Amino acid sequence: MINIHEVMETNEMIQKANLDVRTITMGISLLNCTGQTLEEVSQRIYDKITRSAQNLVSVGKEIELQYGIPIVNKRISVTPISLVGGGVCKTPEDFVTLAKTLDRAAKTVGVNFIGGYSALVNKGMTPADECLIRSIPKALSETDVVCSSVNVGSTKTGINMDAVKLIGEMIREAAELTKESDSCACTKFVVFCNAPDDNPFMAGAFHGVTEADRVIHVGVSGPGVVKAALEEVRGANFEILCETIKKTAFKITRVGQLVAQEASKRLDVPFGIIDLSLAPTPAVGDSVGEILEEIGLEYAGAPGTTAALALLNDQVKKGGVMASSYVGGLSGAFIPVSEDQRMIDAAAAGALTLEKLEAMTCVCSVGLDMIAIPGDTKATTISGIIADEMALGMVNQKTTAVRIIPVIGKKEGESAEFGGLLGHAPIMHVNPYSCDAFINRGGRIPAPIHSFRN
Amino acid sequence: MSKAVITVVGKDTVGIIAKVCTYLANNQVNILDISQTIMQDYFTMMMVVDVHASLKEFKTLSEELTQIGEEIGVVVNLQREEIFDRMHRI
Repeated sequence: MINIHEVMETNEMIQKANLDVRTITMGISLLNCTGQTLEEVSQRIYDKITRSAQNLVSVGKEIELQYGIPIVNKRISVTPISLVGGGVCKTPEDFVTLAKTLDRAAKTVGVNFIGGYSALVNKGMTPADECLIRSIPKALSETDVVCSSVNVGSTKTGINMDAVKLIGEMIREAAELTKESDSCACTKFVVFCNAPDDNPFMAGAFHGVTEADRVIHVGVSGPGVVKAALEEVRGANFEILCETIKKTAFKITRVGQLVAQEASKRLDVPFGIIDLSLAPTPAVGDSVGEILEEIGLEYAGAPGTTAALALLNDQVKKGGVMASSYVGGLSGAFIPVSEDQRMIDAAAAGALTLEKLEAMTCVCSVGLDMIAIPGDTKATTISGIIADEMALGMVNQKTTAVRIIPVIGKKEGESAEFGGLLGHAPIMHVNPYSCDAFINRGGRIPAPIHSFRN
Repeated sequence: MSKAVITVVGKDTVGIIAKVCTYLANNQVNILDISQTIMQDYFTMMMVVDVHASLKEFKTLSEELTQIGEEIGVVVNLQREEIFDRMHRI
């Protein structure tokens, strides 16, 4: 039988170290929501989402109460809308109608985000894909809870540079449309290389076409728990450090596994995967930056940061895969700047630069995340930053992503405020030299040689 | 059997166990195991209980136990046992 020390350890993780289940995300396929007209498709989408997810929030709350573990977010991901709306949406405006439908459906069932306003264009764009991408600025500025993502590259296909160029322009346009609120529309958009089909985290969640009709994915978190465990082994060698992280990741993931199984059973929806990411929030004691400091760095960004992050990411994965047979999504450490107080401090102190973050993304689970840059940054420069990050993903056969916010009207050194879980961010320095001629070439970058394994 | 764990943490005072046990007995909740200790100067008690025959729903039990805790000045939590089992047992 379980003993008192084990019980207290679990409860201290929850009460003192912010252990929580970050999200239960229900993936819903919209591939059967076809119709002859935009109105018909829109109605079917609304009906399917509200029918499928009607109990999601209440079941989440019930599990939270019975196990005493906070479940912070309940969310929905849907099939990329460019595929669902392709038949009836002839203009970007038509796609905006579907974005509003998603927004309405999400609010009806009470989830806090819905992801999947997306297109997969890693090799080429259909007219529908292009329409959807062109609609993103308006869709995000006229809805509240819709998240959008575009996959522009993969190890197998290379990088679609036409899409990268277009997205640079769209990010600027989205920023302009929401300049009154620090260009916050850009916080709901992410561009990917090697996007996973089963990611439960926003803004990049979508329900891949290889998935079942409905599925439950769970994202666990717990940077505070790892930090608290590492405080106990200060000064110990790398073996002990790694062992401690691994054991903690195991414990965290087991809780996620339990919640996922319960949610799946109570909602009668198959279980998909556990995403065992360390996802920080702006709260003190819930920070990946703090873990890096505990490992031995004065600030995140100091020399040694990439190595520290590499071992952290690896140990999280090793502990997690032992705890659940179905690990997927992004799984690793997230390094968003604005959502992590110690990363914000590191950037403000000048310890953490865009270039260092780029290096860190080679070994973490995602990419350049929640980074505020000056409002006058050119579209081609944004595309250049995206292309660099996509190249890292393509060559290293990993997921990489960019969620970047050109804050209109603000300059380097100022601060942008996004509110809530999204936090605030210091506006970072961007290399001022031009990449216009590179971005304007057009076409695509071929897949790397090591992708040819057949 | 439907096992749950009750934890009580706070300043030690007369009658904590009595109050919690009386409440459980009145509601047909069977106590399977009790242990207690002092951790970081706090009175810490854990009970493993069986709630399958409980006269009240889990949610009500949980809320009323929290309320009893507030009256005595301690923190009382009711959680299903699986969360601890999963975390600490392979």
